[in-house]
Amino acid sequence: MAKKVMGIGVAVIAAATLIALYVASWATSFPKTVAASSASTTAGVSTHLTLQTVAAVGPKYSPEHPDWVSYLVQSHGKWIHSTDFKVPASSDVQITVLQYDGDSGLRNPFLSEVQGTVGKTETVDGKTINAIDPEEASHTFAVPELGILVALPGVAEEAKNQCEFAPCTMAEAHRTITFTIHTGKKGRYHWQCFVPCAAGFLTGGGGPMQTLGYMDGFLDVV
Amino acid sequence: MAEPNHARRFTILWVVASLIATPLVIVLLGPILPPGNGSAQASGHVTDNTVLLAMATPVLLLVVLYLIYAVIVFRQPKGGALEGPAVRGDQRLQTWWIVVTSLLVLSLAAYGTVRLEQDGAGSGGGPSPVAVPGGKKLQVQVIAQQWEFTYRFPEYGGVEVPHLELPVDQMVELHVTSLDVIHSFWAYQLGVKADANPNVDNVVFVKPTHEQTFEVRCAELCGIWHGAMFDHGHVVSQAAFNAWIAQQQTEYAAATKSLPPYSKTYLPEPTRRAE
Repeated sequence: MAKKVMGIGVAVIAAATLIALYVASWATSFPKTVAASSASTTAGVSTHLTLQTVAAVGPKYSPEHPDWVSYLVQSHGKWIHSTDFKVPASSDVQITVLQYDGDSGLRNPFLSEVQGTVGKTETVDGKTINAIDPEEASHTFAVPELGILVALPGVAEEAKNQCEFAPCTMAEAHRTITFTIHTGKKGRYHWQCFVPCAAGFLTGGGGPMQTLGYMDGFLDVV
Repeated sequence: MAEPNHARRFTILWVVASLIATPLVIVLLGPILPPGNGSAQASGHVTDNTVLLAMATPVLLLVVLYLIYAVIVFRQPKGGALEGPAVRGDQRLQTWWIVVTSLLVLSLAAYGTVRLEQDGAGSGGGPSPVAVPGGKKLQVQVIAQQWEFTYRFPEYGGVEVPHLELPVDQMVELHVTSLDVIHSFWAYQLGVKADANPNVDNVVFVKPTHEQTFEVRCAELCGIWHGAMFDHGHVVSQAAFNAWIAQQQTEYAAATKSLPPYSKTYLPEPTRRAE
C-alpha cells in the first residue's frame, strides 16, 4: 500500500514539474531583441529600422510553423525572425517595411488612415499618402499606446515573381513603405497587426496573430 | 448553577451588535464603495452595494458572533465530558431560517429588478433594452476589435475615433459591438460594463455627472493582447466636447471617407483569409 501511495506521489510530482517547466518555458520565451541601426550624419544621428513582411515565414526561420505569416527584421544586413525592436528614446526613427504579402483588407476601415507618424503620412513606393484603400491592406504596423498606426498595402494578386517564403529578396514582388516615428519617453510598448491575416484560422485572428514573434511584438524605447 | 437561556442572551447580543454595526457600515463604508460617483449609474451601483452590505452585515454578525459565543461559552472544560448532548432538529427554528433567508433573497431580487428597470444600471440591455431613459441622448457606438476599442459618433458625420470623450450631464446611449471575437466594454468609474459581441448591438445608457478621467478596459479574455485593451476616457464640458469632436472630424476625415454607412452592427469583410 505504502509503495503504491509513494508511486502515485512521485508520478504526480513528476507530472506537475513537467507542466510547470512547460508553462515557464512558454511564458519566458520572447523573441530576440534587435536594435535599430544608427548612423552618424552631419545633421546628427539617424536611426533606421528595416522590416519585412512575408506570407509564409518558411522552414529556415520557423520549422514549427513554416506557413505562418510573419514579420522579420534586418540586423547588420541579415534577416532575423524577431518582433522585438529596440529604438532610442526621444528620437526620429525611420522605418522601412518591405511588404511581400498580398492584401487581406482591413476589418475596420478606420484603421486605414495613417496616425502618429511624423507628418501623419507614409510613403508607398515613393508616393506620400495619408491613407490607403482599406481593401488593399495587407498588414498594419500599429503601436496603440503611442497612437501610431500605419496600414501597409499588399502586393497585387497578379504580380509576377511573388515570394513564396522568407527570406524574400528585392528581386521578388514587393511594396516599399517608409515612415518616420518620433519616439517619446522610455518604455516597452506592444505593437501589432490589425489586419485579420492569419490564414486558416477562425476569423483570421488565431495562430500568428496570437503568438509573440510573428504579427506582434514589442517596441523597446531605451 | 442554572443554565442561562443562551438563545435569548445570544439574540440580544446579536440584535444590539447589528443595530450598532449596520448604521456604521452605511455611514462609514458606503461612501467609499466602488465604483464611485462618476455617473448616475455608478452612483446607483454605490447605493446598491451599500444596501447589499447593510443587509449582509447582520447575517455576517450572526455567523461570526455565534462562532465566538460558542467558542467562549460552550468551551469544553478540562476533564469534562468528551461528547456533548445529542442535537436534534428544531422545526420552528428551521422554518424561521427558511422564511427569513427566502425573504432576504426575494426582496433583493425585487430590489435588483426595480433598479435595473430604472435605466439599465449601466449594463448592456441587448438591442432592445427594457429600460430606456427619456430625453435627448447622445449616440456613441463602441466598436471592439483585437485589440483596441474605437468609437463612432453617428450624429457627427459618422466619424470614428480611437479615444473616448463624453460631455458632462448628457445621457449617452452606447451601442456596443465587436468586429471579431467577444469583448466586454468596461468603463469602470462610469459604472458601465457591457458585452461586445460580433453582430450584436448591445445598448447601455450612462449619464456622467462631473468632469473626470475614467478607465476603459476589456473585461472579457479576448486574446494575447487582451491586457492591452486599456485606455483613458474623459468627461468634459459640453463646449470642450464640441471643440473636440470638431477637431476629430478634421483629424480623421480621410478614414471617415472609407467607413461604411453607420450601422448598429457590421458583418465585416474581409474573411477571405479566414476559415
